[in-house]
Amino acid sequence: MALLRELVAGMRDFLANAGAMSRFFARVLVISPSGFLRPRLIVDQVYNAGALSLAIIMTSGLFVGMVMGLQGHDLLARIGSEESLGIGAALTLLKELGPVVTALLFAGRAGTALASEIGLMRATDQLSAMEIMAVDPMRRVVLPRFLGGVISMPLLVAIFVAISIYGVQLIGVQYFGIDQGQFWSEMRSSVEIEDVREGLIKGFVFGVACSLIAVYEGYNADPTAEGVGRATTRTVVISAVSTLVLDYIVTAILL
Amino acid sequence: MNQASPAAGPGSGADTRNIAALHGVHYAVDDKVVFDGLDIEIRRGEVTAIMGPSGTGKTTLLRLITGQIRADAGSVIVDGLDVAKLPMRDLYALRRRMGMLFQNGALFTDIDVFENVAFPLREHARLPERLVRTLVLTKLHAVGLRGAAHLLPQQLSGGMARRVALARSIVMDPDILIYDEPFAGLDPISMGVVMRLIRSLNDALGISSIVVTHDVQEISHIADVSYILSEGRVMASGSPTELRDHPSPLVHQFIEGLADGPVPFHYPAPDYREQLLAQHEGA
Repeated sequence: MALLRELVAGMRDFLANAGAMSRFFARVLVISPSGFLRPRLIVDQVYNAGALSLAIIMTSGLFVGMVMGLQGHDLLARIGSEESLGIGAALTLLKELGPVVTALLFAGRAGTALASEIGLMRATDQLSAMEIMAVDPMRRVVLPRFLGGVISMPLLVAIFVAISIYGVQLIGVQYFGIDQGQFWSEMRSSVEIEDVREGLIKGFVFGVACSLIAVYEGYNADPTAEGVGRATTRTVVISAVSTLVLDYIVTAILL
Repeated sequence: MNQASPAAGPGSGADTRNIAALHGVHYAVDDKVVFDGLDIEIRRGEVTAIMGPSGTGKTTLLRLITGQIRADAGSVIVDGLDVAKLPMRDLYALRRRMGMLFQNGALFTDIDVFENVAFPLREHARLPERLVRTLVLTKLHAVGLRGAAHLLPQQLSGGMARRVALARSIVMDPDILIYDEPFAGLDPISMGVVMRLIRSLNDALGISSIVVTHDVQEISHIADVSYILSEGRVMASGSPTELRDHPSPLVHQFIEGLADGPVPFHYPAPDYREQLLAQHEGA
């Protein structure tokens, strides 16, 4: 009985939180057009969320690609199709691994930075100060950061995938000696524009989800050190789970 | 206490005496009653101090005046406008005529002192950069920090941060300036500087000031009228001299800073002796 009560309470909390986030998202969507009237604020946030994530995205991309090269070559060598390494790696990276890993890295780097920054602004009365100055923090703080994240994600996905494919090529061609021409030409002939589009759509969807979760958690953080820490943790956990759930949903729709 | 005139539009002259008036205000958070029929009037052109023991809702009062929260009952009239009934657009228009100094300064940590002071100007007025520069430097000069314009908030002392925040709150030439614990955590020199600034800005700019503070001695030098809040109501009001002579034990305890009195030193607890003996018996 106690377990059932806890389950019901947990479900109620979850629904309440989901409802609050939906209202928050609706408000962000409503004011979104006004965000583009001040592009400078968005550019600053594309730099913060996107450019500052480049190092971790590129490093991770290179190593993910190299691991794919090793594992892919080992697998394909068993069936004598090593030359298909380029196609397999490109499709896996474009359609799945690229968007998902980029979103997880984005949540860990940019998402936590967004949540803690906004949470600290709440804790130190900076958001209240804006309200008193007749400046809407939703428009001035939340919206540019949300839009910056949404714009950054597909770009980061594209960079991650490009670097990863380079990593696969390093292992496949340079290390294992697969023919360079065959590696690239088979990739070019098999990868369709729809595959690229799928990756970018996923990047966009994950960008919306991860950015929304980060700004929501930061904006609604308890104004204490503990509250900001909790908001940061929740940002990573909820973003990661949401990314994987959304990945299934988007894949099912696009296939 | 003065009676407030009926609410009217700003500048209509219907209530020329008070810049703000709270009447019969009730406010509760969950089950805790913060205000239970609060009546306060803030006179135009004066420095009004709001004092009281911790947890009496002084900061909540400021949030009611600025429209950040709304009273459960009663009216909050600011410059002739009922704050609770204002749509967001009008509330923001009213706030443009307010300035507020937060306890910790609430400076934006990602921009320097100059940009912090320029922030309201850049948000609300499309002014030429030269004019923005002139206005910002003028306000920084008024608080004695023109030379610190290039510093980041992290590089400022507590007193300097408070003065920068003060410059930011007057850059739009407000009608009302609100201070939330402006002396908290300041050394005596900084405290004296902030104290003099509150009075001189009030008189030089012809504004009305509301100061929430615990510092009885300091505020008594600059306040025209003081209110002492307790248990959700105004316990006493008047000039510093009137408050010093007030018959209420609570006012006496507060003004003299006595550790025990109507506000007890000990948090409610079981009998000390019984509790100690019970521990020994339990052991």
